[in-house]
Formats: sequence, C-alpha cells, structure tokens
Amino acid sequence: MQNDKGLAAVLRQHEGKVLQDWTGALQEVRRHGAAGGGDRDTHAQARGFLGAFATAIRRSADTDLTGSDWDDVRALLTELSRDRAVAGFSPTETATFVFSLKQPLFVALREALADDPKRLSDELWAVSLILDKLGLFSIEAYQKGREEVIERQHQELLDLSTPVVELWQGILALPLIGTLDSERTQIVMESLLEAIVDKEATVAILDITGVPTVDTLVAQHLMKTVAAARLMGAECIISGIRPQIAQTIVHLGVNLDGVITKATLAGALQTALRKTGQSVQRAEPLKAGT
Amino acid sequence: MDHIPILKVDSFLLVTIQVELHDDLAMSLQDDLTQKLLKTNSHGVLIDISALEIVDSYIGRMLSQISSIVSIMDATMVLVGMRPAVAITLVELGMTMAGVRTALNVDKGLALLRRSLDEGGRTGAAP
Repeated sequence: MQNDKGLAAVLRQHEGKVLQDWTGALQEVRRHGAAGGGDRDTHAQARGFLGAFATAIRRSADTDLTGSDWDDVRALLTELSRDRAVAGFSPTETATFVFSLKQPLFVALREALADDPKRLSDELWAVSLILDKLGLFSIEAYQKGREEVIERQHQELLDLSTPVVELWQGILALPLIGTLDSERTQIVMESLLEAIVDKEATVAILDITGVPTVDTLVAQHLMKTVAAARLMGAECIISGIRPQIAQTIVHLGVNLDGVITKATLAGALQTALRKTGQSVQRAEPLKAGT
Repeated sequence: MDHIPILKVDSFLLVTIQVELHDDLAMSLQDDLTQKLLKTNSHGVLIDISALEIVDSYIGRMLSQISSIVSIMDATMVLVGMRPAVAITLVELGMTMAGVRTALNVDKGLALLRRSLDEGGRTGAAP
C-alpha cells in the first residue's frame, strides 16, 4: 500500500505528539499576540480539527479539498474562523491556527521518512499545499464572518437612527444624525410618513444639525422627503442649518425653494406653533416679597 | 361602476374614491366634477384618496390636472388621505404635485378649505 508510510499513517501513529506540539505552538503564538479566548478552547478546537483532518486525509488523498470527505474539516474551520471574526481576532491570528500545524506535521513526517528523502519531499509538498489551501479557506470564512458583523451593525444603525419625536400637538421632529444616503432616506421617509398618520401631524421639522455635510445628493434626498410629507398634507421645516452648510448649499446651487428653512430647532418650533395656531406664553413672573 | 359619486357637503364638493381609479374613470371624474362645480356654484373641492393603494403617474397627473382646472374655475381643491406608500411612490416617480393642496384627512381638509376661502375674502356658502 502506497500510503502506509504517508501522511495518513504518520498522523495515525503520531497524532498525540503532533497535537501536543501544535497546541504548544498555538500557545506560543498567543503569548506573543493579543489576548483572546482561553487556552482550553484553543486546545479543544485543535483536537477537534486534527481529528477531522486525519479522517479526511485517510479517506481522500487529493489536494483539492472540494470532495465530501473534507466537509467536516471545512465546517469546523468555517465555524472556528467565524467565531474568531466575531470575537475580534486579527486575520493573522486566525490564519496562524492552520499554518502553525505545518511545523509539527513536518517534524513528524521527517522522523517517519528519514530514510527516504524523495518520498519525504513529496509528502512535505502535499501537506504544504493542503495546509495553504486550508489557511486561505480559513481567511475567507473569517472575512465572511466580519462582513456579517458589519452588515448587522449597519442594520442596527439604520434602525436606531430614525427616531421621530412628537414635539407638540401636531408637530413632529426628526433629528437626523449622520450621512443621508438613499437607503437611509427611504427609511427616514417611511418612518416620518407613518408618524404623520399616527399622530395626525400637520408640521414636521427635519433637523439636520447632525448631518455632517450637505451635498447635492443629500439635498435631493431632503427635498424628496419634504415632497412626500407635503403630499400627505404635512408641511416640512428644515432646521439646524449651520453657517457652513448654508454656504455649501448656496455654492452648490442647490434649490431649496418652497421649503421653510430655519437656523435652529427653536426657530422651527416657533414657526410650527404659529402655523398650527398654538402659542407658548411665559407664566406670570413671581413677584419678590409676596 | 361608471362614475364616482360627487357629494355636496355644506358648500363643498366631496369626492371619495373608493375603487381603483382606472384611466377612464379618472377622465369621467374630471368631466363630472367640472359640471357639478358649475351647477352647484361651489368654491371648494375635497378629494379623498385614502382608499387608494396604488396611484400611478397617469392618475397622479390627472389629479394635478383636476386641481389646475378647479382653480381656473375659481375654486380650491384639497387632496386628502394619501397613504405613505403612495406618497413615496409618487415622489420616486418625480411627481411632487407642486400646485396641489394636501391635507392628512377629510377633517383637516375641510378646515383648510374653510381657511383658504376666508383668506380669499369669499364666503364658503354658495349664493
């Protein structure tokens, strides 16, 4: 049998030793790198991975790693890399998990095949190929995990960033914070219109104090929101226009015709109160001595 | 249904569109409304579209047109009850209905009509 001295056999005979060397190497890496999960986790992960790896090697000697024999290894590696991505490991640390298996395997192979240099180099080459591929695979899974995290955070940000508050009877305020892209505009618009129906509001104040820059696109999105609110029968006031933003708007030639603009939210509220026929009065001042 | 009923309430005309507004129906509404406007000598028209789930660009344009026609005939039109989804669709289509007055519901629409007629120095009542 061709494989009786190959990688599969070596792994079967020396699995304990390889595992020991490997976890030693992993601990060494950990000591140099940033702190992460516990050593016990790493040890369990290494044991599980090495077991699956040995099984897969025994079943299939191809270096393609695409067959169903490698499913277990791939699943393990995917899970591990994603966990590490979520836990905040760096890509290097994640890839090192696989790459640090090289040395223990090479040592084991060299001992087993010391008398056959040609065979040794062949086996080393094969192992190297397989581990490189697994390393790349692990990085890909890591990347996917990161992207999922980013996507989730993005979604949470969207959900969090569109509060519509009722300032007064029939007056809504929408404090916008952050950049307005088309996706966010859509969500802002929807929640504003829903709130207009809910609260039977007649005036909506869009406060852009927290919007860092207003370019033509952002202005266009604002105008869309204003137009949609108007179609629902509510008037819009844009407030919180900082001097810098006012200058930018004029320089860009953005057309804000037909929209009431106010410098401050207080000014906008005053206008809104007047428009809805309400007013706020100062209470009778307290007289001193009585 | 061939025609959309046009009701005279107080001194205004109230049109409640309860069925899907086809192109033909919109055309006949335009005709009927102008006729009725002349006959009753009203100065205010209220069109309620709260039952409409879909308003395409053609219907949007028709409503805009009706508003212009009504204003030429010395009356004021108020469009009320547009749904959020419809508003978003129309804006995405680029139809902002610039000249059309809008209100959230019939109640507010009536108030707006009365106010605008007062401002214009006219009484809402037909002579």
